[in-house]
Formats: sequence, structure tokens, C-alpha cells
Amino acid sequence: MSKQYKLVSCTINGKQVEKMVDVRASLTDMLRDDYRLTSVKKGCEVGECGACNVIIDGECFNSCIYLAVWAEGKEILTLEGLAGPNGEISDIQQAFIDEAAVQCGFCSPGFIMSAVEILEAKREFSDDEIRKLMSGHLCRCTGYENIFRAVKKTMLRRLGKEKEALEV
Amino acid sequence: MYDIKALYEAESIEHAVKLLAEHPEAQIIAGGSDVLVQMREGKRAGKELVSIYGLDEMRGVSFEADGAIRIGSLTSFSHITRDPIIKEHINVLGEAVDMVGGPQIRNIGTIGGNTCNGVTSADSASTLHAWDAVVELTGPNGVRRIPIHDFYIRAGVVDLRPGELQTAIIIPKASYEGYKGHYIKYAMRNAMDIATTGCSVNVKLSSDKMVMEDVRIAYGVAGPVPMRAPQAEEAAKGKTVSGGNVKAFAETVLKDINPRDSWRASKEFRQHIAVVLAERALRESIRLAGGVIDE
Ligand code: FES
Ligand code: FES
Repeated sequence: MSKQYKLVSCTINGKQVEKMVDVRASLTDMLRDDYRLTSVKKGCEVGECGACNVIIDGECFNSCIYLAVWAEGKEILTLEGLAGPNGEISDIQQAFIDEAAVQCGFCSPGFIMSAVEILEAKREFSDDEIRKLMSGHLCRCTGYENIFRAVKKTMLRRLGKEKEALEV
Repeated sequence: MYDIKALYEAESIEHAVKLLAEHPEAQIIAGGSDVLVQMREGKRAGKELVSIYGLDEMRGVSFEADGAIRIGSLTSFSHITRDPIIKEHINVLGEAVDMVGGPQIRNIGTIGGNTCNGVTSADSASTLHAWDAVVELTGPNGVRRIPIHDFYIRAGVVDLRPGELQTAIIIPKASYEGYKGHYIKYAMRNAMDIATTGCSVNVKLSSDKMVMEDVRIAYGVAGPVPMRAPQAEEAAKGKTVSGGNVKAFAETVLKDINPRDSWRASKEFRQHIAVVLAERALRESIRLAGGVIDE
């Protein structure tokens, strides 16, 4: 069969965009190849590791097992979209640095986008709840504890609990 | 890039049926968390796909006129877990599907896809069996509804005829009213794992909470398809709420189920787990229903 393309319009990191997309492309392919958003990593490409995780209409999805054509009309947020107006990094990214929650960094964008979903809920989750909400990611370097701390601290800080955050 | 021969996107249920009739070789893709992975593995490589993911009319939970609960087949696991109707009436279903894969998988995975795979380990399967769910199928000859028990034919094969798609799963009022249930998944890990055994139990107690008027139990992975344990159910029905009767019920389960040996677990181990889970799940169901077990 000859190549099949489809026009896909969506919002990526707050910008309305539109491109012809190969129907065989995953959303990871589209974000990386067509929009150069390389924070979206290709780890396993079968939905096991979370390296390709992005937020679509407020919920986390592994973009490697999401067809690019399904992005039509959707609002997509990748790690690049967290940057401030002058390219400043966000509090959760800074927390990953401060807690040494990053080593090779391959898993980090995916983890951080799951953390963003947690932070956007604007409520305090228990340790078990945080672990469960972050459980769709694999990290081969850090051993997870530092990642957990970075997320918990940021959650507490955003809720104005500076003192509790220091004790994590 | 996926090795997809052609992709047809359905714009309505009617359109999906038409596309399936026009492309009899095509495979339906809902959330894709199984189909795309199999494609990547080469199993379904080079196939035509009919995508139904865009059909919002097949999403959400609602009541039908007769009080039955209707779950659109494309409703994601996480939406089922959060749904107020499910929380109030079949909490155990929301809890069971909250154990599928990890968070991202629960956002893309659909209840319809989970059942259409015909996989016995699917976390939704045992609970839907235990609640006498009904499957709604829409095809060229209109809509038909069949008990979920008949929908599963054998391992990996369901009663989905040419041109048909599953449009909803229905829990009749008589199946949920007055029942409380509990699901236990036994797996090696808490996240991203497949159940070694899944056991879903529910109970309806008499108004004084002393008698088990009805008990239903279903297993995933105890056989090639999810299955009920009818002899165990019979053994418990009409019995008083007591530790001895709960135990007797759990032990009778072995008359009904036939687990297999596999690299995940031996037959003997699965049998042991099946009994332990049946007892625990019934105890918890009784507690949820307001009963007290005297030791
Ligand atoms: S690359 Fe998508 S989950 Fe691993
Ligand atoms: S920092 Fe290397 S995989 Fe997580």
C-alpha cells in the first residue's frame, strides 16, 4: 500500500500546531522527529519503561504506544513545556538536580511528567500513593529513593509546607 | 514507526462496523496497549487496523433505564476507578482495574480491550465474571447482548463475529444491588506485572447480616479462561456467616478449578493460593457488606 498520511492538528506545549503525519508513526515519533522535542525518549517502545511519557489532556500516557493520529485536537505537554519564559527550569526539575535524582538522565523527563501530574492535583499524597503514581517508570541508575524525595519535597513546597519539605 | 499496512479511523460505531465489513482482515485497535505491543513484537506486524479510539460515544459510565450500569467499552481503567457510579455500586471493579500495569497503562487501557483479548489474567476479567456482566456487541446485524461467561470461548478467543465490535459492558441491577465484593491479585510485583492468580468474590447478606444469601467467586489464571467456582458458591449459599463456613467455601474451590503449571507458578502453588485468596476475599466482602465473622 502506498504511504498514508494524515493532517494532525493539536496543541503542543501551549502552541497550536499542525503537520502531515505518517499514520504509522507513534506519538513519540511525531514529537521527536516532526517537532524536535527530544526530551521524549525512546526506551523500550512497548509501554514498559515510561521514558516516553507525556501529558495529554491532563493525564500521563506512554507516547510510544499512542498513535500520532490520535493526537488530533489534543493538548500535549512535554518536558520542554515546563520551561519558564526565559528558559528557566521548573521547581520539580531543580528538585531532581538538588536531590541527585538524575544520573544518566534518560528516565528523567518521563518521571518528571508523572510528577507534574501529581503536583497538578494540588493535594498531599501519602508516600505509598506517590510510589504507586510513579510506578510506571524504570530507572537503571538512581535506585528511585532520590526521585521519590524530589517529588515529595516539591509537592510539600507547593503546598506551602516548607518545614516538612526539609525533613524529607 | 509501526509496521501498519493501513489505518482506518472510525468516526462512529456505525462507521466502524462498515469499515470492518469492508476490510475483513483488519484488526480493531482501541487503546492499543496490547495491539501495538504485539505489532512491535512482530506478531501482528503488517496488518490493517481499524481504530475506534476516537469514538467518545463509547466512553463513560451511566445508568440504563432499568437501573443496569453501562460501561462504555472504551472507558479507560483510570476513569473506571474514579467514576462515582462504580465507586458506589461496584467498588471492587474500580479496585481491580487499578491493579492493571502502571499509571500510564491505566490511562490508555480500556475495559473493552481488556476483555476482547480473551486473556485469563486480565484484572477486569474475574470481577466481571463474578458480577454476571453482560457484553454488548454491535455488528452488521445490529446489537446483541451475551453473558460474559459465553463471550470467552477459549484462551485468547472471544465471541466477536465478523464486523462486530464490543460497545459496552453492562452490569444488570440484580447482579449488583445489595452485593459487596473484593478482588485480590497475587503477582510477583505490585506494578507492571501480570497476575499469577486473581480472585474476585462478592456476597449478598441477609438483612440481619447473619446469612450469606448469595456468594459469587471467579478466578483469572485458574484455567484457560476466567472462570466461576460453582460448587464453592453452592456450598456457601444460604449458610450462616461464620469462620467455618467461609473456610469450607474456600476449600470447595478446588473441586471447580484447574490451574496449570507454568514458569510463573506450579499447579500446587496456584491451588494453594486459590484457597487462601478465596477465604480472604470472602472475609473482606462480608466485612464490607456489614457482616461480622465470629471466631
Ligand atoms: S519508550 Fe515508551 S514506555 Fe518505554
Ligand atoms: S538516571 Fe539513568 S535511567 Fe534513571
